Amino acid sequence: MDASESKDLAHIGKSVVIKGEVSGSEDLYIDGEIEGNIDLHNHSLTVGPNGKVKASISAKSIVVQGKVDGSLNATDRLDLRKSAIVTGDLSTQRIAIEEGAFLKGKVDIQKESGKGAASS
Amino acid sequence: MRFFRGSSNQTADTATKPRMARRSSGVGELSRVLNSQPGLCVLDVGATSANNIRYFTDNGHKNYSEDLLRASFDPALRREDDSGNIVVDSKRFLEENLVYAPNLFDIVLCWNLPDYMEESLVRPTIDRLWSVMKPGGLLLAFFHTRDAGPDAPCYRFHVAGADMLEMQEIKLPVPGRPSERRSPRLQRVFNNRHIENLFRDFASIKFFLARDNIREVLVVR
Repeated sequence: MDASESKDLAHIGKSVVIKGEVSGSEDLYIDGEIEGNIDLHNHSLTVGPNGKVKASISAKSIVVQGKVDGSLNATDRLDLRKSAIVTGDLSTQRIAIEEGAFLKGKVDIQKESGKGAASS
Repeated sequence: MRFFRGSSNQTADTATKPRMARRSSGVGELSRVLNSQPGLCVLDVGATSANNIRYFTDNGHKNYSEDLLRASFDPALRREDDSGNIVVDSKRFLEENLVYAPNLFDIVLCWNLPDYMEESLVRPTIDRLWSVMKPGGLLLAFFHTRDAGPDAPCYRFHVAGADMLEMQEIKLPVPGRPSERRSPRLQRVFNNRHIENLFRDFASIKFFLARDNIREVLVVR
């Protein structure tokens, strides 16, 4: 997801540290630290290259460029970019993993008919 | 076994390495099992590979990834023994890695891990893999033959088809110098007897010889 193209986008800067539940009805870009749970229902989450998330994440689509320690559930698509460091189980319909990304965990593709799965 | 101590002195190289194709009889055997049964649990203990995740999940299987070679180089595992020698804490390694329920995995891709892993971790790791595999599960491992020298490149493996692999040389961060990367050094060359001993708790073992300096070993839990 390109953050600059999104009309409604909340931004957590790299100096911000949050501990607790995070939920919302808009897209979210995290470049700081979050510990807890993140639930964005039908919206997108991006963990930026400086982002450090220790949480269970649930969103429509998830892009990871930073560090995530926790389970990720993307109802549509999950992207691990080359700088991603993910420790946790992934559940999604579609997944893309760039070369260089690190994953320690399970990948469970929840397919619907006519939709593809992994790409790189 | 022949041992090669120390580590490679190659300088850091962060460029993406090209891939080389290689036919694999072991992967061919695994593919037959993957195509005949749905919903298998596959554990890949090599470097994270989008190819491998795609290959297994596209066919309806669950894929677990855990880069054990990288994990084995964690500086936090190193400690001094009573004589002042640096030893690797295998107990801590297994507390932090391969933590799964017993009898979970149908297939384990071990790749070249035993050849490059610290000596003290090899046996405990294989024992742990035995415990997390289902009876009848398959484990595929690659071992260098005695013609391989100590600077034999360490590769990661991408499944590229029913019996095809793509090999890609890897370099890992040097402990204490994260900006520098170095190729893992071949630690030992197993002979057939040592391989059989390593997998002594498994039900059966099959060897596939290849033209390159690699033996493919397929074991049944």
